[in-house]
Parts: sequence; structure tokens; C-alpha cells
Amino acid sequence: MLEFPRWKYVLVALVVLTALLFALPNVFGEDPALQVERKSSLPMDNFARQSIEDLLRKQQIPITRDYIDNGRLILVFNDVAAQLKARDTVDATLADVDRAALSTASRAPAWMRKLGLKPMPLGLDLRGGLYLLYQVDVNGAVSQLLETYEQSFRRALTEAKLPFTEITPINAGAGGNATGLRITLPPQSDTSALTAALKTVDNSLDFQVRTGQSGPEIDMVLSPAQIKAREDYALEQNRTTLMNRVNELGVSEPIVQRQGLDRINVQLPGVQNSAEVKDMLGKVATLEFRLVDTQDNPLQAEQSGRAPLGAKLYHRKDGSAILLKREVVVTGDELTQATSTTSNEGPAVSIKLDARGADSMQRTTRLNVGKPLAVVYIEKSRRQVEINGQKVERETNNESVINVATIRGVFGPQFEVTGLTAAEARDLSLLLRSGSLAAPVDVVEERAIGPSLGQENIDKGVRALVIGMLAVFVFMALYYHAFGLVADAVLLANVVLLTALLSLLRASLSLPGIAGIILTVGIAVDANVLIYERIREELRNGVSPQAAIRAGFDKAFSAIADSNVTALIAGLALWVIGTGPIRGFAIVLTLGIATSMFTSLMGSRALISLIYGGRRKVAQLAIG
Amino acid sequence: MEFFHRATNFPFMSTRKLWYALSGVLILISLISLFTRGLDLGVDFTGGVTVQASFPAAANRDAVSSALIRAGYPDPQVTIFGTSRDIAIRLPPSTQSTEAVRERLEQILHGVDPGAQIRQVEVIGPQVGGELQRSAVQGLLATLLLIFGYIALRFHTWRLSLGAILAVMHDPILVLGVFSLTRTTFDLTVVAAMLAVIGYSLNDTVVVFDRIRERFHGSRRLDPVLVLDQSINQTLSRTIMTKVVTLIVVVALYALGGPVLKGFSEALIIGILAGTYSSIYISSAVALDCGLKAEHLLPSAAKRPVDNMP
Repeated sequence: MLEFPRWKYVLVALVVLTALLFALPNVFGEDPALQVERKSSLPMDNFARQSIEDLLRKQQIPITRDYIDNGRLILVFNDVAAQLKARDTVDATLADVDRAALSTASRAPAWMRKLGLKPMPLGLDLRGGLYLLYQVDVNGAVSQLLETYEQSFRRALTEAKLPFTEITPINAGAGGNATGLRITLPPQSDTSALTAALKTVDNSLDFQVRTGQSGPEIDMVLSPAQIKAREDYALEQNRTTLMNRVNELGVSEPIVQRQGLDRINVQLPGVQNSAEVKDMLGKVATLEFRLVDTQDNPLQAEQSGRAPLGAKLYHRKDGSAILLKREVVVTGDELTQATSTTSNEGPAVSIKLDARGADSMQRTTRLNVGKPLAVVYIEKSRRQVEINGQKVERETNNESVINVATIRGVFGPQFEVTGLTAAEARDLSLLLRSGSLAAPVDVVEERAIGPSLGQENIDKGVRALVIGMLAVFVFMALYYHAFGLVADAVLLANVVLLTALLSLLRASLSLPGIAGIILTVGIAVDANVLIYERIREELRNGVSPQAAIRAGFDKAFSAIADSNVTALIAGLALWVIGTGPIRGFAIVLTLGIATSMFTSLMGSRALISLIYGGRRKVAQLAIG
Repeated sequence: MEFFHRATNFPFMSTRKLWYALSGVLILISLISLFTRGLDLGVDFTGGVTVQASFPAAANRDAVSSALIRAGYPDPQVTIFGTSRDIAIRLPPSTQSTEAVRERLEQILHGVDPGAQIRQVEVIGPQVGGELQRSAVQGLLATLLLIFGYIALRFHTWRLSLGAILAVMHDPILVLGVFSLTRTTFDLTVVAAMLAVIGYSLNDTVVVFDRIRERFHGSRRLDPVLVLDQSINQTLSRTIMTKVVTLIVVVALYALGGPVLKGFSEALIIGILAGTYSSIYISSAVALDCGLKAEHLLPSAAKRPVDNMP
């Protein structure tokens, strides 16, 4: 007698049917598509859809079908040629309002899409694209923070009319990185008043008074927690900024994620031109507003190489020297919005300031009517320099004065800046809009995979999977007869379950992932083999067929559990150490172990009970 | 169909000296090769540039090599990758962007054959490579430790854990040895394969151990040599069957999966073969030589006489 509770049959059937539903979108394949969205972040409506359809029809580009998904218009084409032509057409005529990105659309019927059933996203190795791994200079982020503190300290002490000699960085971190600031004071300074003034900048800072060579000194050293928080902030801020910039580029389904303590990886499907993309993603550009120092002679300063007290030497775009006041009226951080426009004087960037920036700008312009105000364009880049024979990467600021205008009245929080070329205005507005990078970034790994290679990888992987599985199916049927067929059904169910899980989790499938699916077939077979061999053994010992089946399942259980747990350990270790495609392999392997345990213990037993179960008498088992 | 029609009765334990010797020699060869020849580490680990390109007709490796040398790349590694029309070029680490590398190489390759097409460019910084090496080693060690712990917990005795760990270490060492001897590129996918191999090899060992425990449960006065032999024999057809099936899919992967998965599937094939051998011949033998007895596996029964301290 072989009993299998009814609820377990129902459970197995339900799980397999649900899995089939989730796995189904993967069999339809994909068409080339164009994804169009509004730059204004308003959703696409039927009116806009109609106008784009008309535009493409006029150009005689055939659209297979189109629909609005998540506020984006998806246009599907028969071939890549039509897709590219459509992109160029949309870019040429609607670039101001719409953003078009090449993508793919599943051929699955519309009701599936509406239910949110989607195929597994493909990894870059299967669809082609650009992979960038950025190293974030977290130390740079800390020194930037110190620079801001230094400026604030100067301002606070000057406002409180407390004299100080100098503020210098303290290099106490690993590798001589600055982790604090030292304020040297004239003898007989009132250190408690000074400390109180400094505390107004940031109350969470810790100030230590000590005696230096020439007088008292106040040290401010950041705590490890403060440094960690700053690094974390820089990484997160950079991720957000990179994400914004990627979105501005118009790439469909980009991935921007943190990796480890100081890395960010960016995956851009379909992108091939790395130079342009990298330039746009890694650029650090901003504007600063400073008053012009009209009292001193810039030529003299340039010849001597030393700027007078309170001033800083700059150059205009044409190379001529100009002296600007040291205090910054508005920094790049205080810009909240920037859009490129055209003014009477040519290309311009329309700028909006935050409350602090607006306040400072208003105050300065009110007090300085008739005086000139300069706009400084700052572009940070990394350059290799040789120091003591060693090549070291150094961040260099490329600063130039793009515009000097006489203040005619009080500036509000919004105004226009001219003096840029059209391209500069566009790039600058994009960069300012996407937020600034909180720390400099560097590309440490880069992979560009051509689209044809991706397709070839898919074909090869799928062929290996199909042929390998067919061979296993035939072998199992030959070796275990009816039980072998049960095992085959269970294996198939396992692949369906795994595909469903991967589609559900939206884990992207890579070539090692396909290899993982193939290996899972091996693992899933093992559980069945353990059970069947045990049944055969029981039969050899003269046990009745149905009792042999029961004993087979029961006794094989501990071996299956133990062996799967050990394989699971290996899978999890891979998951932890792996990145990119290797992680994909680990995810598939780990999930595959879970699904194979379910299918072989529950599914296999359900099928065998269905065949040999109930109260009927079984004389012999078809187990080969 | 059955591999063994009757119950087998191979004397695995009494011949264990022979298998120790065989494994010893293989491991020695592997280690010597590893220390003298080393591994041909892939760009994943060393950092550097790899470019895959395809030609309209069969690629001329030497022509590409000499064109690269003329263009100022002193020691280019050019290999046929996949079909005879596809090549992979490996260059030392560079500070150039992929786009710059692509342009430069496109020029050079077009000089060799105007129809040449670049299909993939990878630029990996040296610091990433070093880190990956570290994390691969850490991953392997962590896996071994976790497994050691799990087996000790599950089977209550370090003797079996040690047997399992030795058998499990045996397999990746042989994989490394073969990769070193044949100078096959060792990249991150091979590490993934090795971890999978560890999982697989252990799987067999655990199944045998499970049977040993069951046999001792039946009768604790049996001779350990007999129990171990019987356990291995009783699980033998399962061990071989599972490995045959797994090998079928891995061979399919090796033959059809394309060049990217070649090293990966090669490591799996070697590892599965080695793992089958080690779980049959090595793991139980080690436990036996460590003095494995019934009471080690059945701690509740063994507790009584051991501890008579107050």
C-alpha cells in the first residue's frame, strides 16, 4: 500500500502550474524595440503616441506594434534596421522633449505583460553592452569634507572676530591621508571662545586644545565613525549621480549598483561606444561665482606667480589673467537646477539656487552693485603625474573664467549664465542636473561585448542545454524504464521551476547562469538516482514493491538532505565571493538545489504514487 | 539496464595503501607543476586587456602576432578562440579606455585583414585582478572550513570530517595540476567550477558516510573495515550512475557551450572524475586510518564509560 496525501498532490500541481505560468514568457523570444520617454518625467499619453506613430509612418518606418508601459512608449519593429532608423528619426525631431533608448520587447502576448509576467533579463554577455566598474576615491571624499570644514571654520572665526594664524590638515590616516584639521593660534588666544565659535559650524565635531610651538592649537580629528559615514555617503551619492547620468543617456534597463566598500558597477545593455559614455559618466564639472578683485593688477600677479592676499589668480578662456576674490559667493553645491537654453547672447544655462545660495547671492549683489562678478567653470579630471619616479594619479582642477558681468541689480534665486558653447551648455546642464559626484571616480574594469557575440553565446548555451538534457532523458529512460520517465518529467519540472524563480526574481541570466541550469540537471538527477537505487536495493532484499518504494524514499532522504546541504554551502560561498556572471552562476546553482529537492522528493513521489499507489496490488516495478 | 547486476564486493579498504600511493603521486605531480610552472592566470586575476575578434576566413595567428609586435605591443598572446576564424588577443594592463584599445586594434587587425571584426574588449585594472585572486582563495578556504564544520556536526566525529576534507582538497589540487600542466587559462569561471566540484565530490562522500552510519546503527559490533567496504559497495552503482549523468551534461557543455565555457567545463570534467575516485577510495580510507569505530558515529551509546570524572 502506498499512500500520498491528497493535499500534497494539490500542492505539487499548484506549484508546477504557477511555475509554468511564470516561466512561459521566456519561450516567446524578443523583438528589437525603441523605448521613448518624456524628458519632463510626465507619462506618455495616447496623443504623444499618435504623433510619434505619425512621424515614423511619414518616414516609412514600419512599426510592428506599440504600447505604453509604465509611462513609456514602446515601439516594436521587425528588424534592427528599422529600429535604428526610428531612433535616429526620434532623436532628430523630438530630442528636446523625448528621450529614445534602444531596447527589446518580449513577443509574449499582451495579457502576460499586463499581469507583470516578464522573461528573465539577459546579462551583458548574452545581449551585448558595456560594463564599467568604477573605483570611488573615498579618501578624496574625506579630504573634500575637510576642505568644506576649513572654509566654514575660517568664516566662523572671521565673523566672530577671533584671530587665528593658519588652518592646516592633519595627516593621521592610513597612507598619510588627512583625517583632521589643526587651527594654529597666536599666543594668549582665548581657546574656549574659539572652540565655542568652531562648535557653531558642526556641534558633533570634537575639538582638542593643545600647546604647539608658537602658541595654542586646536585639533579637530574626525572619528572613524564620521569617516565611515562620509565614505558611505560619498559612495551612495556617487551611485545616485551615476544612475541619474545613465538615465540622461537614454539606455534601457541600465544597472547601477554598489559593489564592495568603494566600487560601483554600471551595466549598460546595447551600448557600444565607451569613450563618449565614460566621459559623460565620470565628468565632474560645476560652476562657482566669485567677485572680481579690481584693486590689484592681474598681470603683476601672473608674472610673480603669487596672488595678493585675499585673491586668487584665474585665467579666462582666451588665456588672459584675472584676479578673483578668495571668498566664493555661490558654490556648485548650491545650484539646484540647470537647464540649457538660448539667450540673446548665444547658448546659456539657466540656473536656480537653493536657499543658502540665493541668500548669499542676494546679499553680495546688493552690496556690490556696479562691480564685476565672475563665473568660474570647474572641470575635475584625473591625470597621471610622476612623483619621485612613481606614477601617481592626481586629481587636477581645470578652472576657467567663462564670464564676467557687471552687477546691475540684486540677483534673485534664478538667472542665466552665458559664455559657453552650445555643447558645453548642454553638458553642464546635464551634469548639474544629475548632481555632482561626491568623490572622484576611476574606471578599473571595462568590458564591451558586441551584440553578435551575445546572440552566439545564447545559441551555444541553449543548444548545450537542450542536447545535454535530451541525452540525460534517454539515458534515464533506458536505465530506469518507467521510473526513468518519471525522473525525466521531474527534471523538466525542475528546469521550469528554476526558470520561473529566476524570472520572478528578475535575476539576469548570463552564460555561466545557463551552465548553472545545466549543472542543476545533474544535481536533480542525483536525488532521483539515490531514491531509485535504494528502491532497487530493497527489491533485491525481497521487500514487496510498494514497501520498497516507501523505504526507498524514506531511507534516501537523509542522504539527499546531507548532500544537498554541502552543495548549498559551496553555492553560497560562490554567491558571496562572486561578482557579475559568477554570481549569476551561484544564484542559479543555489536556487537549483532548492528546486531539485522539492521536485525529487515531492514531485517524484507524487508521480510514482499516482502510478503504483492506492490499494491495487503491484507485482513488479518497471525500474529496470 | 544496470551497471552491476549483483551486489558488488570490492575490497576497497584492504587495498587502500595502493590508492594512497596513487593519489600521493598525482598530488605530488600537481604540486610540483604548480610550484615550478605555475598557473596561466587569466586577465580576471592579472589585470590586462583581452580582445576577441573574428575574421571572414581562417585567422592567421602569426600574422596577427607580428602585426601587433610591429605596432609596439611587445609580447602579445594570440590564441584561436572557438572556431578557426575567431581569435583572442591578450595584452598587458593598459590605462587606455576600451574605446581607445578597440580603435587601435581595429587599425592593426584591418592591416592584417580588412574584414576583421572586433567582438569584445575587456580592460581590467591590476588592482581588481589582485582583489579577485584574494577573494577566490578566501572563498575556497571558507568553503572548506564550513564543510568541515557541517560534517563534524552531522556525523559527530572529526575522523569523517578529516576524510571528507582530504578527499575534497584532493580534487581541486588535481584540477589545478592539470590546468598547470596543460597551461590552460585559469580564470574566474574555473574557480566557480572548482567550487562546484567541491560541492559534488562532497556529495558522494556524504552519501557513503550516510550509509556507514546506517550500517553501524544496524550492528555496532561489526568490523569497521567490513562496514566501510560494504557501504561503498552498496552505494557504488548510485555513485557511478550520478557521475555518468552529470558527465553527460558537462560534456555537452564542453562540446557545445562555446569557448567561453571551455575552461569551466574542463575543470568540471576533471573535478568530477577526481571526485568520484576520491569519494570511493580516499575519504573512507582516511577515516578508517584515523581509527573510526561505531561509537564515534553513535555518541549517545559511547558516552557511558568515557567520562567518570565528578
